[in-house]
Amino acid sequence: MRGNVFEAKVKADGGTELLRLLVERLGHGAEAPAEAKVPDLTAAGPEGRAARTALALREATAAGDWALLDHPMLALEVAGSPAYLEPDAVVVHPDGTWTVVEIKSFPMVDGSADAAKVGAAARQSAVYVLALERIAAVTEGAEVGHQVLLVCPKDFSNLPTASVVDVRKQRAVTDRQLTRLTRVEDIAAALPEGTTFDPDRSPEELGTAVEAVPAAYAPECLAACELAFHCRAKARAEGAVESLGRSVRGELGGLTTVAGVLAAAAGKEGDPADPTVAALRRAAALRAEALAGVGGGVACR
Amino acid sequence: MSLISTLARLEAVDSGRAQPLATVRHRHLTDRPLVLVPLTTAGEAGAPLGALVGTDRAAPRLLAVPQPRDRDLRFAFLAELAEAVLPHIESYADAVEPAERNEVDPGTGKKVKVEVELCADAAQLIVPSRAGIDFVRLLGRSMRFRRTVEDDPDTPFPAPARVPLLGRWLTHYGERARVPGSSLLLAATDLVNRHWATGQSSLEDQHLGALLAWVDPPGGSGAEAALRAELERDRDGQLICPPAGPATDPAFDNKLLAPAIERYDRARSALGAAEDGLDADTRLGELSGAEREIRSLLAGVLLPTWDAVWRGLDLLRELPEGTRAQDRWTRDRWSFTGHRDRVLAGEPPQPRRDDAVTAAQKLASRETAQAQLDAQEALDDPLVLAGRRLAGEAFVGEVTEVEMAYSESKRPSPRPLVTVRTEERPHLGERTKVYRSLDGDPVRSQTAEFVAYATGETEDGEEGVGLVLRIMDRMGRGKEPAPGSVPEPGDRIAWTLFEHDQRGGPKLPDPEDTPWTHGGPPGAVGPGTAERPDPVTPEDLL
Amino acid sequence: MTAVSDPGAAAARATDAILGDTLRGTARGVVVDSPPGAGKSTLVVRAALELAAAGRPLMVVAQTNAQVDDLVVRLAEKEPGLPVGRLHSSDSDPYDKVLDGLDNVRTSAKAADLAGLDIVISTAAKWAHVKNVEPWGHAIVDEAYQMRSDALLAVAGLFERALFVGDPGQLDPFSIVGADQWAGLTYDPSASAVSTLLAHNPELPQHRLPVSWRLPASAAPLVSDAFYPYTPFRSGTDHGDRRLSFGVPSDGSGTDRVLDEAAESGWGLLELPARHTPRTDPEAVRAVALVVRRLLDRGGAATSERGPDPVPVTAERVAVGTAHRDQAAAVRAALADLGVTGVAVDTANRLQGREFDVTVVLHPLSGRPDATAFHLETGRLCVLASRHRHACVVVCRAGVADLLDEHPSTEPVQLGVTVKFPDGWEANHAVLSHLAEHRVHWSP
Repeated sequence: MRGNVFEAKVKADGGTELLRLLVERLGHGAEAPAEAKVPDLTAAGPEGRAARTALALREATAAGDWALLDHPMLALEVAGSPAYLEPDAVVVHPDGTWTVVEIKSFPMVDGSADAAKVGAAARQSAVYVLALERIAAVTEGAEVGHQVLLVCPKDFSNLPTASVVDVRKQRAVTDRQLTRLTRVEDIAAALPEGTTFDPDRSPEELGTAVEAVPAAYAPECLAACELAFHCRAKARAEGAVESLGRSVRGELGGLTTVAGVLAAAAGKEGDPADPTVAALRRAAALRAEALAGVGGGVACR
Repeated sequence: MSLISTLARLEAVDSGRAQPLATVRHRHLTDRPLVLVPLTTAGEAGAPLGALVGTDRAAPRLLAVPQPRDRDLRFAFLAELAEAVLPHIESYADAVEPAERNEVDPGTGKKVKVEVELCADAAQLIVPSRAGIDFVRLLGRSMRFRRTVEDDPDTPFPAPARVPLLGRWLTHYGERARVPGSSLLLAATDLVNRHWATGQSSLEDQHLGALLAWVDPPGGSGAEAALRAELERDRDGQLICPPAGPATDPAFDNKLLAPAIERYDRARSALGAAEDGLDADTRLGELSGAEREIRSLLAGVLLPTWDAVWRGLDLLRELPEGTRAQDRWTRDRWSFTGHRDRVLAGEPPQPRRDDAVTAAQKLASRETAQAQLDAQEALDDPLVLAGRRLAGEAFVGEVTEVEMAYSESKRPSPRPLVTVRTEERPHLGERTKVYRSLDGDPVRSQTAEFVAYATGETEDGEEGVGLVLRIMDRMGRGKEPAPGSVPEPGDRIAWTLFEHDQRGGPKLPDPEDTPWTHGGPPGAVGPGTAERPDPVTPEDLL
Repeated sequence: MTAVSDPGAAAARATDAILGDTLRGTARGVVVDSPPGAGKSTLVVRAALELAAAGRPLMVVAQTNAQVDDLVVRLAEKEPGLPVGRLHSSDSDPYDKVLDGLDNVRTSAKAADLAGLDIVISTAAKWAHVKNVEPWGHAIVDEAYQMRSDALLAVAGLFERALFVGDPGQLDPFSIVGADQWAGLTYDPSASAVSTLLAHNPELPQHRLPVSWRLPASAAPLVSDAFYPYTPFRSGTDHGDRRLSFGVPSDGSGTDRVLDEAAESGWGLLELPARHTPRTDPEAVRAVALVVRRLLDRGGAATSERGPDPVPVTAERVAVGTAHRDQAAAVRAALADLGVTGVAVDTANRLQGREFDVTVVLHPLSGRPDATAFHLETGRLCVLASRHRHACVVVCRAGVADLLDEHPSTEPVQLGVTVKFPDGWEANHAVLSHLAEHRVHWSP
């Protein structure tokens, strides 16, 4: 709720405040424009809107003047199918640079903000940058800036402040992921016959369908994905070590289940020549000695 | 995470309850900690909604902000918070004892001992989780630059008296919490996590309810109890175990809180529109009712967390306190006293950003504190020492042989050679130093040097290696070592490769002498410039 | 000869410009980026001697005692008559005993004893304790990119102007405690000394040494592109100037075939089957040891621009590099089992600054289930890939490229912090795809 109010405030009056912030951070000493063109981007359906946005971008670049595209729509091919993306805003500079603007409601206090949230915003913006690059490739004089403008409330107020975020790294990672992503048909081909994720199906059928898909769970998924609880339950049911975290799994080499690790540590299973097994046995022995208390453990009193 | 902690986690999964990571308590707990459970509104920049605060678990004080957007109500909350917290802090600030400190005399440049006051004890603040610590920092930052009517009669929207002072204290506590091993401001989750390993990941361990379910399961499986704590909802869709905060659960916000706040708003407008005294009385009654409802809702989600924090403290008090935790608490007392002195001296509040020298000093002192903490916890606790032994940074061995030897100098000192048999594999190199504690002394240690691996036959069935160590100090002044100062055959001794006491780093230049490489001295600051209050807008959150 | 200008001339031009700025420039600082094997120590020695000769006494700051002693020895080699002071700590064994044999060198734990000498050298840690001395007019700060910002803060008051020399591609300084609250500040105490220096003084002249005399023509382009995108460099030698051959022919095994590949092209990748393993993966450790064993057994001989005759590749000219100490320990044990002695085996941290004919590297990501920031760190891979004059063989389990792609990044981003390039993730991909062209499969 509050986020929308803030966003509306930033974009009010033809985006004067937004442009002022942008020029301040990315304008290299230029003056903020008194006014910028705010083209109408309405159209029917996402395809229509995407086409309208591309047209507006071309026109604005050709005009050689400032333009603010409010809630543009961009298309990006993901795994063989188009995905439609909606950045908060894109600004066209007179020199043909296109800058992605993301407006968020977490605050920047004394110039710094929650690094996890900034990282998420950077990854989100990088996808928009990639989508814009597709259009820029066929637009003369256009270049997509790899610096995005992140606009947030300043300190404890509702006044906007902004910071420039360089998204080249996130862009490179996403670009590579997109190239690698299997086409949707290929993913579907690997699933059992008749699997469907149609939300109108019964929960049991959906549950079975979701179960059919192999999951790669890590606790970090909990903050990022709605299916995480399902994947976690599955990992726990299998006794998978990774439900305890990636760094835990990293220590245990080829041992992947809780039962397997405990058996190895207890000397019931596992090859003593395996360094993980040897280390686990030493760890178990040292721990047992310490817990046995005075006499068993030696404290430095 | 060491393999020993990993093993503990896996054992927890297997057994259904948390496993110990420590045999003593590694953080000091005062007799009367002040517990603070804050709550903020939904949204990313949360405005304060309410809090429970107090030193008596049976009698928490409930603070509430019925309309978080209202600046006056917010200020009233902050004023009440100051009233709840400052007297507690000040009671400790006033009780002092004499102490000595080493200082450098500016005239001679030599170290001298100076008599100063040290607070006999310090106020300890406990919040439920790390998010709570972040919120304490946020409150401190928002409050400490405010002006009261006393500071500046013309200031727009003056803060209630004592609020800026509270801000300074909270900032000090929030900053101290960044020092490894400090206990002035603690999160209950951190406290519990330090001492127990659950069967879930450390991310999930940040949920206080789930964490306690593992450590103290209400009969049956810790895993099931933890899952219920995380996810179970009642018939109205409300979480049985509300989040520890400060963020609230969206189901609570949308279904219960928002309508209640709306009723409050309507009651307030209605009161404003009252036509006569009788009308006003009725409407005032309705307004009070609306406010009570909000307070009751907040209490409902705050009390479970309040109780959880106290339960956590109970569990921790069952562990005996580590000897060296007391020493670290003394450093906390110095920190507390230092801030008290700065307030008394009328110094300005902490600046928004550290200057170059302050930042470097903080980094260096925290690194020293971390090394000190790591060493001290290992020395206090065999289970922690076990982790260092696994890492090759300590070892336990039995003395098999002692051979007298002396240093080659005009006045020879004893340098006995001790052979120790151990099954462990410490990372020893030529002349690596190792240390052992001396009887009962938490600080002084005896140093030895690794000479070589022992040659010679092992007896049948004996495992491990023999290490020859040369004892270097703490044997008195004579040619022969003082009795009892040298290990004897048969002694079983723990040796560490890390020092028992850490030296601080070199002295950094004063901020006025910040060199050109780091931007020169921070800009000349006129009186009142550095602590300029934040500009005030109609839509402030805090 | 190729059409491009002579690398020696390019290097000489750069050196002249650097010395010009140092001796005659007006800026308070001069920064020199020196890629691996570019002659950094030679430059430091020369700059020190020229300043001394011009009547400008100077102090030199290095980061470790080994680096300090090495510089003292080199100075004495060049100018045996020039008095040099070695300031040292009061610890036992504070400096290499070799220095006691040098007549021109005076050692002391007190700076006052050494005042007046033309050149006084010590570690940053020791200099930080020096107080109450007249500031020097000049200083040289060696390995300035590995020096932490707060270490520079502690010593910058001791000198008026300084020459900062270092390798921007190697391991960054770090802190074991969090320093996030200062991220983005120009004087973030955990950042490198050079980044702080330049953040406050962006107009300082910045030079780069343009030639690596160590890396062969087969390696310089890859290392330069992957790790030095803003300060590219070239090899001082051409393809064909360096050759590695074996007296004993290949026995057809994987180890022999990868050695042949490395001799031919300068790189080799011995790829083991994909598996998640403990850090001290016994099969990979054994593979590393076997490669070293065969290299020595087959009588490697190296021909280079240093002389007409091939020089035998003996154990001292070979090194093994790993990411972790326990891996290094495991390799040492494996080599001992195979009867191999005299080969340096160490972590990237400890191999910094050193040079060998042939290196064998256990890839930091081999056998791992995930890629942590530590293992992705560019500096680590850069050091491991840039120690060799002739060839580098990397031992790695298959599956690392997929590993890099599999985990969605959830890395936090601090506002105000300049993005550091090269990016570890991209650099790892670049190195892997290059190595893939020189791959030999091997099953233990």
